[in-house]
Formats: sequence, C-alpha cells, structure tokens
Amino acid sequence: MGEVNVKTLEQRERTFLEQSYIPEIVKGLGVTVKHFFKNISPFEDERMTVTYNYPEEPTEYSDRYRGQHRLMVREDGQVRCVACMCCSTLCPADCIHIEAAEHDDPSIEKYPEVFVIDQLRCIDCGLCVEACPCDAIRMDSGEHVEAFGDRGKAFFDRDKLMELGGQSLAEQGGDHIPEHPS
Amino acid sequence: MRIPNWLALTLIIGAIFLGAVGAMWGAIEAVALAATLLPAPPEPFATIGVIVAKIGLIVFGFVMGLASLMTLFGDRKQSARIQNRLGPNQAQFFGQSLIGLPHFIADGIKMVLKEDVVPDDANKLLHTAAPALMLIPALVGWAAVPFMDYYCHAPSDPEAARMAIQASYPFEVCKTQTSNYFQIMHVNSGLLFAFAIVSIEVYGNAIAGWASNNKYSLLGGIRAAAQMISYEVSLGLSLAGILMIYGTLDFREMVVHQAELAWGWLPLWGVVVQPLAFFLFFLAGMAETKRAPFDLPEGESELVAGFFTEYSTMKFGVIQVADYAATVFLGGLTAVIFFGGWHVPFLYADGFYFGGLAGEPTLSLPYHLVVATRLVAMCFKIVVLVWLQFMLRWTLPRFRYDQVMMLGWKVLLPAALANLLITALIVSIF
Ligand code: SF4
Ligand code: SF4
Repeated sequence: MGEVNVKTLEQRERTFLEQSYIPEIVKGLGVTVKHFFKNISPFEDERMTVTYNYPEEPTEYSDRYRGQHRLMVREDGQVRCVACMCCSTLCPADCIHIEAAEHDDPSIEKYPEVFVIDQLRCIDCGLCVEACPCDAIRMDSGEHVEAFGDRGKAFFDRDKLMELGGQSLAEQGGDHIPEHPS
Repeated sequence: MRIPNWLALTLIIGAIFLGAVGAMWGAIEAVALAATLLPAPPEPFATIGVIVAKIGLIVFGFVMGLASLMTLFGDRKQSARIQNRLGPNQAQFFGQSLIGLPHFIADGIKMVLKEDVVPDDANKLLHTAAPALMLIPALVGWAAVPFMDYYCHAPSDPEAARMAIQASYPFEVCKTQTSNYFQIMHVNSGLLFAFAIVSIEVYGNAIAGWASNNKYSLLGGIRAAAQMISYEVSLGLSLAGILMIYGTLDFREMVVHQAELAWGWLPLWGVVVQPLAFFLFFLAGMAETKRAPFDLPEGESELVAGFFTEYSTMKFGVIQVADYAATVFLGGLTAVIFFGGWHVPFLYADGFYFGGLAGEPTLSLPYHLVVATRLVAMCFKIVVLVWLQFMLRWTLPRFRYDQVMMLGWKVLLPAALANLLITALIVSIF
C-alpha cells in the first residue's frame, strides 16, 4: 500500500455579513449598475458593449478562414488537379466525386473529367486541402458558400470550382525541388 | 472638446425632467383656464367625469403604459445593457430602431394574431378568466395611491395664494376649497385596501394553474399560492412599525407626515425613519411580484413556465403585463410609504426654502409649477423604484424553493417582528 497523497483544502468560514447576503447583494448591484450606466453612455468609446451588428457591420475573417473551395489552374488555364484521389479518399464526409480521364499531354497523364463537391455534405474540415499533393485544391477564397434553394445546385462541379481558381506559386511536375519564394 | 459622461447624463435627465414639469404645468394651467371660461357641467356628470379622467390618466395612462413599456425596456433593453449586449433593435420604423420601441408594437401585434390554444379538458371559463383575475387586482390597488396632495383652488394672485395655502408649515393647509384630483378615491384606510387587493391576486395564479389541466401548471399555481401567502405575512408586519410612527392607515396623511425635516436638512421619509422596514418590505414585495430572484412559480428549469405554461396569445400577454403592473404597484407603494410620495425636499407650496421655513422662500415658484414638479417627482420615484427592482432581478440568481420559504419564514418574519418590537419600545418611551 502506497501512501495516499491527500491535500486538505482550507475551507473559509463565511462571516456573518457574508451569510446575511446584504453587503454581497449591494456589491453585485454595484457591478450591474456600473455596467448599465457605462453602456447607456452617449459616448460610444465608453461603452463595454461587445455585440457586432452583423449584417450591417461585416466581420473580418481571419486569414485561415475556410471558405468556398477553389480548384487552382495551370499557367495555360487547365485544371491543376491530377486526379490522384487523395482528397476524395481522405474526405471524412465522402463528398468529393472525381472521375479521372487520360490527358493528351503525356507529361500530365491524368486530369479530372468530373470533379464534384457536394456542398450539402461538406463539413468544411479542410482535410482535402491538406491531402492534396500538388496544391490543386484550396479553401482560401474567403467567400461563403452561396445559399441555394435547390438541392441540385449544391453540387459544385469542376468548372464552377475553377472560376475562383488562381495560379499556385508551387511548380508542378518533374523531380526538381521548387524554389519557394519565402 | 469632449463633454464628460456625468455632465451629459445630467443634462439629458435634467432636460427630461424640465420637459415633463413644463408639460404638466401647461396642462394644469390649461385645465384651470378652461374651468374659469366654460360653464361647469351639472353635478353627477362633473364628478363622474373627474373620476373617469383620473382612472384613465393614472391607471391606463401611467401604470399600464409604464408596465407594458417595461416588458421591453425593463426586461430586454435593460438586461441587455447590464450584460454588455445591445438588445432588440431589428424592428424598425423607416430605418430607425428608436431604442427598440417598434419591438413593443410588433410583440403586441404578434400576440393578438397568434392562435389561442386552450388545452383539452381545461376548464374553459376559468382558464380564460384567470389572466384577468391577475391583472385586475394589480390595477385596482392604484385607487388608493395618491400622486399629489389635494389640489387647492387658490386665487390666482400669487400673494393671496400664498396666504391661502401657507397656513401652518410644514403641514400645508388650504384655506379655500380643495379637490382630490390626484388620487382616484380617498380611502381613509388606504393601506388595508391596498393589502386586501394585493392578496386577491393569488387567486388568479392558483386558478390559472388549476384550470390548465397540466401538472406543471398545477405545481406552479400551488407554488405561487404558497409563496405569496408566506410573504404577505412579512409584508404586512414590516409596515406595522410605520403605522405606529405615523398613526394612520391613510396614504395621504402618511405622505403629509413625511414632509418634516430633521435638523433642517434631513427629510424624514419612511426610509430614514424605518430603514429595516423598507428593506423587509421591498424584499417581501419583490417576492410577492413573483419575479426573479423569486420566480419559483415560473421555474423554467423544472416547471416549463409554471402556472402559465398553457397560455398563449394575449392571455399570455396579460399575465406578463400583470406581473409588470404588480412591479409598478410595489414601486408606487414604496414611493408613498418610504420615499415621501410627492415630496421634493425643501419644496413647499410657494417655492423652495433652503434656509428654514422662516421668512421668504429662497426660490419662489407659482403654485401650479409646484404641483407639476411634485407630480413629476412622484412618477420619477416610482420609475426609479421599478428600475431598481429590474436591476435586482438581473443581478441575483434565483433562490431554490426551500430557500425562498426559509427566507420568508425564518429571516424576514423574525426580522419584521424584531423591528416591530423595537419600534414599539421607542414609540412608547418617547
Ligand atoms: S473540406 Fe472536408 S468535408 Fe469538405 S470536401 Fe474537403 S475534406 Fe471533404
Ligand atoms: S484535388 Fe489534389 S488531392 Fe484531389 S484529386 Fe486533385 S490532385 Fe488529388
């Protein structure tokens, strides 16, 4: 039997005044009254109100905000994705549907003929971005997924995802290590 | 340059106060002028007209107005400010949110338009009557509350008016004809009347709980009944000391007694004479209004909404307004009994006397302006007391049910008895 380490905590007895609640109620009242009068002050900067008037004052998103997906493009405007299936395999919501096709250019091999993200199932976890070996899918557009009234409109296809796309700094293909600007 | 905060607040409150005084003065002057110009209506109609006007102004204008505004400003805006929020501001008139005022109208319209649900097997008659049984007592009690002393029909010449009213300070006696314009009816046992009416309110709650055919409602109704009856004891006993000192049950005379100044500067209001009684009365009164921290009859966490679980539409609205009206009534009673009613310190019928009652007033005021100031002072006291109740309601967490009963029977009641005993000793010795 090992020794049990018991830590005794000192329990402070309540004093009579504390037990009677009256000074404590007055203290509490002091706090609320202070907040009340500060917050109705005619001067904005004295108020402690933290509410955002959301639709009227848009909030600023952080740089890491995961917005709508976008598919990056190559220099010649073709889709950068090589249909490796990493993202659709990893996607926990199983919402990326890719149909690969052979590319005419032998140095590219494959490209996604169909690339659909079901936005109704996507949980915006960002794992697809982490999984992509060639920086072809990103969620850094900083935009909301638009609202849709029709379920069919929730399937965002390749061309729609490419509309937001830009060029990546990373070089694609080959075996040389890309020189990163940073 | 930036105006300091305290100055801005003082300016705003001062502007509101002066505006109200001016408006009331104007109204009183206009009525007085009309009385001299127009022929007086024949007798029964004149009396009835005055009574109807008083009921309309006091009960429906002031009390209901304040109570229903409190549903918005007290519970939603004030709580929001305390908790660093903004509160409702999305309902707007022409793009102006007007400190949330449109919400108040929107809520009313919403309540009227909703479907009225009466549960199966509920007693339809009692279920429908209960909200009224709650609201009516909260309003009837105002009959005895004086907003101002008797109006003195003094001659309009200031010097003659001074002779007519000044008689014997500090108790103003009017030597000409008086009219009771600012109290709906003069009951010489006003306090008993008010208490009798307040204790009737419990029937509304119990009936609402019973008639709903719902176990939560029934438990809520029983809790409400038990809590209100328990606290009525301390509510009454806490005032016994006041009765001994003033020796009257008449609200008007109570207020008249509070005009005295101790050592020439300290107004002898009830709260100065009987501070413990004020504390007990206010606490028991808050428990009587069944609002947090004493909102056990509602008990959201365990009883859904207590006795009004089964109420919808304006029936629900009426129950809510009845709660707020009870809050305002407690404010009114406290103002009359403990805060000198219409009295403003140093203000007498012909102006402010800062340096004692001998000689000329420091600041002469016409009688009508004095009346207006006193009316505004009375309303202001009620508003502040209502505000204080809401402040307490948003400061304190709610009690557990056994704690409420413990507080009522084991703390407030002995304290009220001790207060009574000590007051009795002091009164009989001096
Ligand atoms: S964000 Fe997550 S859920 Fe959405 S597509 Fe990418 S991996 Fe799937
Ligand atoms: S987006 Fe990236 S991970 Fe997904 S299939 Fe294309 S290349 Fe592979």
